[in-house]
Amino acid sequence: MRLTNFKKMGLGVAAGLGALMLSSGAAFAAAPPPDPLNSGDTAWMLTSSALVLMMTIPGLALFYGGMVRKKNVLATLAQSFGATCIITVLWMVIGYSIAFTTNASPGLNQFIGSTNQLLLGNMGLKSINPLAGTIPESVYMFFQMTFAIITPALIAGALADRMKFSAFMWFMSLWLIFVYCPIAHWVWGGGWLGTMGALDYAGGTVVHLNAGTAALVTCLMLGKRRGLGTENMAPHNLVLSVIGASLLWVGWFGFNAGSAVTAGYNAGMAAAATQIATAAASLGWMLVEWYIAKKPSVLGMISGAVAGLVAITPASGFVDAQGALIIGFAAGAVCYFSAVWVKKWIGYDDALDAWGVHGVGGALGAMLTGVFAKNVINSTGKGWLFDGNGHQMLIQFYDVAATFVYCAIGTFIILKVIDIVIGLRVSPEVEVEGLDINLHGETVHD
Amino acid sequence: MKLITAIIKPFKLDEVREQLSSLGVQGMTVTEVKGYGRQKGHTEIYRGAEYAVSFLPKLKLEVAVKAEMTDAVIEAITSKAKTGQIGDGKIFVTPLDQVVRIRTGETDSNAL
Repeated sequence: MRLTNFKKMGLGVAAGLGALMLSSGAAFAAAPPPDPLNSGDTAWMLTSSALVLMMTIPGLALFYGGMVRKKNVLATLAQSFGATCIITVLWMVIGYSIAFTTNASPGLNQFIGSTNQLLLGNMGLKSINPLAGTIPESVYMFFQMTFAIITPALIAGALADRMKFSAFMWFMSLWLIFVYCPIAHWVWGGGWLGTMGALDYAGGTVVHLNAGTAALVTCLMLGKRRGLGTENMAPHNLVLSVIGASLLWVGWFGFNAGSAVTAGYNAGMAAAATQIATAAASLGWMLVEWYIAKKPSVLGMISGAVAGLVAITPASGFVDAQGALIIGFAAGAVCYFSAVWVKKWIGYDDALDAWGVHGVGGALGAMLTGVFAKNVINSTGKGWLFDGNGHQMLIQFYDVAATFVYCAIGTFIILKVIDIVIGLRVSPEVEVEGLDINLHGETVHD
Repeated sequence: MKLITAIIKPFKLDEVREQLSSLGVQGMTVTEVKGYGRQKGHTEIYRGAEYAVSFLPKLKLEVAVKAEMTDAVIEAITSKAKTGQIGDGKIFVTPLDQVVRIRTGETDSNAL
């Protein structure tokens, strides 16, 4: 029989009611939990990850590349690029797991994560890491990966012009696994320093003091460049360095504001603090240099800016604009002295000032975080000056000291092993003729 | 014949060239060189590392002329290349045994 529209509607309603009754058991169960994903946070974190990746390639690559002699520029770029590639893979294989998952044993979890995410085996489409509850785990993993990439890549500043590429790649790999991942876990991944209350928003200790300490140990173990003090080792193209430093500055908003892991008030304040501190630091270095050396150099301007970026890193999510301004100026002035005077005085060949800027800047920033942190800015932290929490200075000091000691020892052992097995330094002939042609078979022609 | 070699400050090239042309000198070779005499270089400072750049950029001119033109050429170069400041340069005159124009095979005075 032909159904009229009215009868079709009636049949539809009856069928629906029938289905509802059949499934009445299920109908009374709890509704599926709301998707915790926040698309604003996710969009921002995806952007941040790309920005931080850009900080290494080509930011750091060019920053360092411009500062070395022309015969070594390609080798210097290769260090940043090569580090990016090998660390990406190792992070996927094991790094992320041991840094950012929770070890089944609470005691062990103080020091290291688990192997639950080996090869990212348990990272599904909709996985979420509790440390970043509103974004996919794939994004959080990627974001943290970019931090894991730049930290060891920074060390290249100290070993410029004289390390074998093979030794470098081994160094990057072992250092990631045995030094970076544990320290990242200690501060950010649920380990003892974070539990103790250490304030390190985006990696003043985990990234910069860590890399800087490794840089210091590396340059002491490698020895000085041949001809230091007599040969002209002036930067071959500071234009590259300015481009690199500028990319670092812009990318750093992903680094600091991205460490909010959300797109909101804290990200905003961190971005503002970052910009203010960086500019203040560049001016700080510029003014000190202008006074002492009579001329403000371009290299000084960009180095000051980087020093500011480093120092505001741990503080960015805890301080307000005024704290940022002071931290910036302090970093510019202090790092001028550590990179220029202390280095000359003690005599270690930290070729590109990785310790002088990142190590010292990171430690300074970590301590100043304790001074200027404001509970009204970030409820997870209480600082000394505004919240009366002097104890925070001690905690910050523990963070600095633990990072320095563990990193120094770990770096020493790793480099010793590599040196024994394959040798760290290139031969004198290679060093004099240049790394580009000898290690990579390429040169930059005019 | 003489080969006259002059080391001059680079920015003086055009003036010297014009003056030599007006004398009838029809060709020259110019090389970019570095050197120093009594003029000191500059110091560059990169994060506290000082580099004394002793060698300053100069230009080397070489002109081949008939012997009787030597004094006129020296006068021409000197008058135009001189600034009065240290670093103006020097002129060297050396004897020239043979000259050949490659395109035509002309030799000596005919090749100048």
